[in-house]
Amino acid sequence: MAGAEVTEVAVVGGGPAGLSAALAARQAGAKVIVVDENAAPGGQLRKQIHKFFGSKEHHAGRRGFRIAEELVAACREQGVELWTDTLAYGIFDHTLGIVRGGTASTLAARSIVLATGASENALAFPGCTLPGVMGAGAAQTFINLHRVLPGRRALIVGAGNVGLIITYQLLQAGAEVLGVVEAAPRIGGYAVHAAKIRRAGVPIYTRHTVLNAAGHGELEEVTIAALDENGWPIAGSERTFAIDLLCLAVGLTPLTELAWQAGCLFEYCGPLGGHVPLHSEDMETTVPGLFVAGDMAGVEEASTALEEGRLAGLAAAAYAGYRSPNLEEEKAAARERLQALRSGPFGEGRYLAHEEIVRRWLKWRDAR
Amino acid sequence: MNDDDVIICRCEEITKGEIRRAIQAGATTFKAIKKFTRAGMGLCQGRTCRRLILQILAQETGQTPGQLLPGSYRPPTRPVPLAALKGEKP
Ligand SMILES: Cc1cc2nc3c(=O)[nH]c(=O)nc-3n(C[C@H](O)[C@H](O)[C@H](O)COP(=O)(O)OP(=O)(O)OC[C@H]3O[C@@H](n4cnc5c(N)ncnc54)[C@H](O)[C@@H]3O)c2cc1C
Ligand code: FES
Repeated sequence: MAGAEVTEVAVVGGGPAGLSAALAARQAGAKVIVVDENAAPGGQLRKQIHKFFGSKEHHAGRRGFRIAEELVAACREQGVELWTDTLAYGIFDHTLGIVRGGTASTLAARSIVLATGASENALAFPGCTLPGVMGAGAAQTFINLHRVLPGRRALIVGAGNVGLIITYQLLQAGAEVLGVVEAAPRIGGYAVHAAKIRRAGVPIYTRHTVLNAAGHGELEEVTIAALDENGWPIAGSERTFAIDLLCLAVGLTPLTELAWQAGCLFEYCGPLGGHVPLHSEDMETTVPGLFVAGDMAGVEEASTALEEGRLAGLAAAAYAGYRSPNLEEEKAAARERLQALRSGPFGEGRYLAHEEIVRRWLKWRDAR
Repeated sequence: MNDDDVIICRCEEITKGEIRRAIQAGATTFKAIKKFTRAGMGLCQGRTCRRLILQILAQETGQTPGQLLPGSYRPPTRPVPLAALKGEKP
């Protein structure tokens, strides 16, 4: 083990949630170190070349990677230390086990914010392990970060926002997209994204599923079929596409391994993507001094990740002894913005789910 | 459709059929399936297969995903070379 490091607030994950938490904690006066396993900070935002949705104060109309650049610049300017190529491999009380530059060491902190994001869900069907079948996020990393086209003729599974956006980005990168397959009777993503790919001539097959993929050593063809009322494939409706890329955009699961290791209490919550750690209004878990924010606390959006990060950062700094002078006002403002983001047909379910998680946390606290 | 041959845990190459048989033999928690078959014990530590295994378990036992626990998580969160832990560069 190499030398141990000590800081006041440690943040795991350099996506919008982690960077926002770091900035808030630093502005409150704490010494902050962010660790991220990637070569550059920014998390998912680094791959997002499309313009964002939502309100002005949440960067609507701006491209994701630009928002990341600004956050990183602000963090640097304020004196947040950003450790890239650094993996948090474990958590032991208030100390992170890290591997930095190929060497293991430790990072101890008074308070820790976990902002590790989410991982893509897999789908199991015959041929699903063939090269050429991959997560939509993986395809996005290929195209937008590494400038590599992972296939020339593609089919997408999932018509949520992620599926619709990857469709458009594959088209922009010069691939042919033969269709988007969606098991639900309706398109899950925003109508504007769907309209964009329809204009480009890509059909969306709702109430359809992938039956199987086939190929010699790599993906060569995929067969899809229509589904009946009960979700069973309808015989005779099969359709086969000769393709070399199948992108799965079938949801995300919060990446919570460190919170489990730390002994946080969890609750299963479908609208938030799976098991999420119980947290307070301040984003504190059931482990004192351990805070969560962003997709790992419930899969949502970059805008909500920024606000949750702010709350977690302010509270983590306060826990470490740095109370922002306007702490209560700042927290109230962030909560108000979160509530505004969680409204409408897309946000309502997530709003209620987070309310329930906070209620459970309060119940836990009162029972102590 | 018989999908027993579909691979569920790609790290350990465990099929749907093997997982179903484990459940029928009494491995009715994620933890038990893991110990019985090694599914979820591979390089990715179940990041890819955990959700799929829980779905099969839910179907086979008539439970909802919320009733099932996802098993334990231990360090390291990603594969780490032993040389790193020894403090030497590989
Ligand atoms: C295709 C696509 C399009 C999207 N479009 C929009 C949009 O238009 N508008 C919008 O608001 N949102 C959008 N989102 C959602 C948004 O990107 C996410 O909600 C947001 O990035 C979540 O932020 P986060 O900080 O929680 O996680 P992330 O951005 O995922 O960052 C987490 C970081 O932590 C790192 N990490 C994880 N574990 C460890 C560890 N143990 N050690 C070290 N580092 C670790 C990860 O590598 C990653 O860099 C989109 C998502 C996708 C996939
Ligand atoms: S897919 Fe099962 S452990 Fe990796």
